[in-house]
Amino acid sequence: MSTPLLSARNVAKSFGGVPALRNGCLDLQVGSVHALCGGNGAGKSTFLNILMGILQRDGGEIRVAGEEVNFASPSDALKARISIITQELSPIPGMSVAENIYLGREPRRFGVVVDYPTLFKQAGELMRRLEFDINPKTMMGRLSLAQTQLVEIAKAFSHDSRIIIMDEPTSAIGENETDILFKAIRRATAQGVAIIYVSHRLSEIFAIADHYTVFRDGGFVETGLIADIDRRHLVRQIVGREVHLAKREVRENSSASLLDVRSLSRKAEFSDISISVAPGEIFGIYGLMGSGRSEFLNCVYGITKPDQGEVFLNGQSVPQASPRHAIRMGMTLITEDRKDTGLVLTASVAGNTSMSALPRLSTLSVVDRGAEKTLVEKMVKRMSIKVSNINHPVANLSGGNQQKVVLARCMATDPICLICDEPTRGIDEGAKREIYAFLTGFAKNGGAVLMVSSEAPEILEVSNRIAIFKKGKLTTVIQGDTATQEELLHLAS
Amino acid sequence: MKNEFTSQPSASSSVFFDKLAEFGIVIAFIFLCICLSFANENFMTWGNWVNVLRQTSINGILAIGMTYVILTKGIDLSVGSLLSVSGIVAASLVTGEAAGSVWIAIPVGLCVGMFLGALNGLVVARLSVAPFVVTLGMLSMARGFTFIYNDGMPIANLSPQFRYLGQGMVGGMPVPVIVLALVFAIFWFILNRTTFGRYVYAVGGNEKSAKTSGIRTRLVVFSVYVISGLLSALAGLILAARTTSALPQAGVAYELDAIAAVVIGGTSLNGGVGTLTGTLVGALIIGVINNGLDLLGVSSYYQQVIKGAIIVAAVLIDVSRKRKN
Repeated sequence: MSTPLLSARNVAKSFGGVPALRNGCLDLQVGSVHALCGGNGAGKSTFLNILMGILQRDGGEIRVAGEEVNFASPSDALKARISIITQELSPIPGMSVAENIYLGREPRRFGVVVDYPTLFKQAGELMRRLEFDINPKTMMGRLSLAQTQLVEIAKAFSHDSRIIIMDEPTSAIGENETDILFKAIRRATAQGVAIIYVSHRLSEIFAIADHYTVFRDGGFVETGLIADIDRRHLVRQIVGREVHLAKREVRENSSASLLDVRSLSRKAEFSDISISVAPGEIFGIYGLMGSGRSEFLNCVYGITKPDQGEVFLNGQSVPQASPRHAIRMGMTLITEDRKDTGLVLTASVAGNTSMSALPRLSTLSVVDRGAEKTLVEKMVKRMSIKVSNINHPVANLSGGNQQKVVLARCMATDPICLICDEPTRGIDEGAKREIYAFLTGFAKNGGAVLMVSSEAPEILEVSNRIAIFKKGKLTTVIQGDTATQEELLHLAS
Repeated sequence: MKNEFTSQPSASSSVFFDKLAEFGIVIAFIFLCICLSFANENFMTWGNWVNVLRQTSINGILAIGMTYVILTKGIDLSVGSLLSVSGIVAASLVTGEAAGSVWIAIPVGLCVGMFLGALNGLVVARLSVAPFVVTLGMLSMARGFTFIYNDGMPIANLSPQFRYLGQGMVGGMPVPVIVLALVFAIFWFILNRTTFGRYVYAVGGNEKSAKTSGIRTRLVVFSVYVISGLLSALAGLILAARTTSALPQAGVAYELDAIAAVVIGGTSLNGGVGTLTGTLVGALIIGVINNGLDLLGVSSYYQQVIKGAIIVAAVLIDVSRKRKN
């Protein structure tokens, strides 16, 4: 094997005496896609931040093309032709796509005036090369989340980098965009660019990566070729123990239904959708981005108002567009984006957990604080949330634990019907398993679960039945225990 | 007061640092008082303290309403105008020969404030217009209405019963100070012990999450502007009663001192974080600065410069504290 393009050995970093990374090791070959895997807290982000010069390492060495480097800032890393695509997007909404991509390095005339024709031409060529269907003159603020993510990706490619770090590049984009991204990655690697790819979606890793490295609890665990391992092996290395797939029980077809949605429609989002979910059933919804799946869930729960149709819970009609009534009747929504719609980050773990349950914890609006504390402590224990003090801000918790706080809030009102929108987005394998186990347990106790997921393996694993959404319509409902991943993708696209 | 710290549903970085933050304001306040007592022997006298509290009462009442609004990520620029219009309407009912009962004038005055506050709240909550713009418009409209109401003339000759609200003494304490204490106690309880208070924090922290959690976010937002309107009116009645006449130009720029008290008190303009205790200390700091500079014979021109500098310094300290975490 030739000299690796990038070689990191025993990179270490501590924060306030607590080691976040003990021995980060990684060898990146020219033209390869190297998956960096690990759960939350494995030290991946710390490692990447050190590579990019955002953090300074305490020990170890990093060599780029054989030469030891020590980046003091991200601009040093960019000069060494290393760029990064981060999870956190930072677009400037009032500027055009082209201006965003070339921010701070716009082509100029006379040194001061921005040369717009050249700028737009460059950006247009870049977009064409990457096959991204985005007009460089469009205002950034008019783009969808997925398009914004694509622009962020284009920005990284525009730097003419030889190493591109991709930290969860697909967390905000759909299947089509992911395919476009993978094509762009393959073209780039064919020209010798090397990529460090981080994703919680294991299927992507097997689709695009050729090498892999696993970190766990701040330490290096294993590295090798993707071709030599299977999914199960990788999960075991990431989690650190054997994980057993939840055993799905084959359900008897019962005629009773707990949640009944009758021809629900909302203009330009979805139309005429009827489903019924029985007690004890997990009902999955699968569809591509823009198929109306999340919009449908929001409408069932009452975030938005339907143009037509009705929702029944236990035979009773649920008032439209009122989450408060939905909660009172026993429904709850576990949202897709915990930071945006799931949690109040400025509040404590306790404040978040009790938020939906406050009406039942109060007399004449005065909160019974003893009862509140008891409830919060019970929920924290039940969801096994790792927190030393329930009055600590929820913002300090890891992603998996934050998601469990969302679950705790939702469960605090004793719901009989759970509506889950991508319940495991962006959390690690271990926490995912806990959430699957929780959902199956909930259904086993007679609850109904309606769940949307864009990850086919996930939906196949937990659902009893799966509805396929396509362009706002329900095309078909299939049995979860007999369906395959190929079948799902085929039906949805 | 200890309970408030442990029960706060909000925390910017950690419960510990929040305690420290409020503690820091109290320390700054005490330090300021010690400095002033050395600089002027009259500062640490009972009579002067009663004076400081009386001067603080108007701004303190406004700042309590403002805290609710700012906690929801909003702002109420119209408090000074609402104060003035409520004061002049109430005064018109208790002036001259045909002076009516204060038991009619006071509720009417308060209702005027609540009504205009409700208009603010309706436009902000229902139509989602930026609070800054809505209340800026109300600032101008309500001010205009005060001038229209009595052709720009002040209303004097108020009945003694009404004047009692501003000039009376109970057990050696001026009535306005007692009103401030009552208002603080009531609104502290609402903010810290009721579901509504929790919802104010939640809506300011993240409106979408609050809505998903089943909170009627629009109702909460609407309500804080009604509260701010009510307290502005109360402050307006006290001011008119204390100065024995309702002036149409009363309360100009009072919103600035109210916002300053809230910000000095550690409430975040980004919503979701802050305490009423902090606001009260913030109002006291402003009161003590005004009083101290008066005692030291500093000209009012310089007073403005010094006050502004202290506000910016207070926020700077707050920001650097947060960055440290």
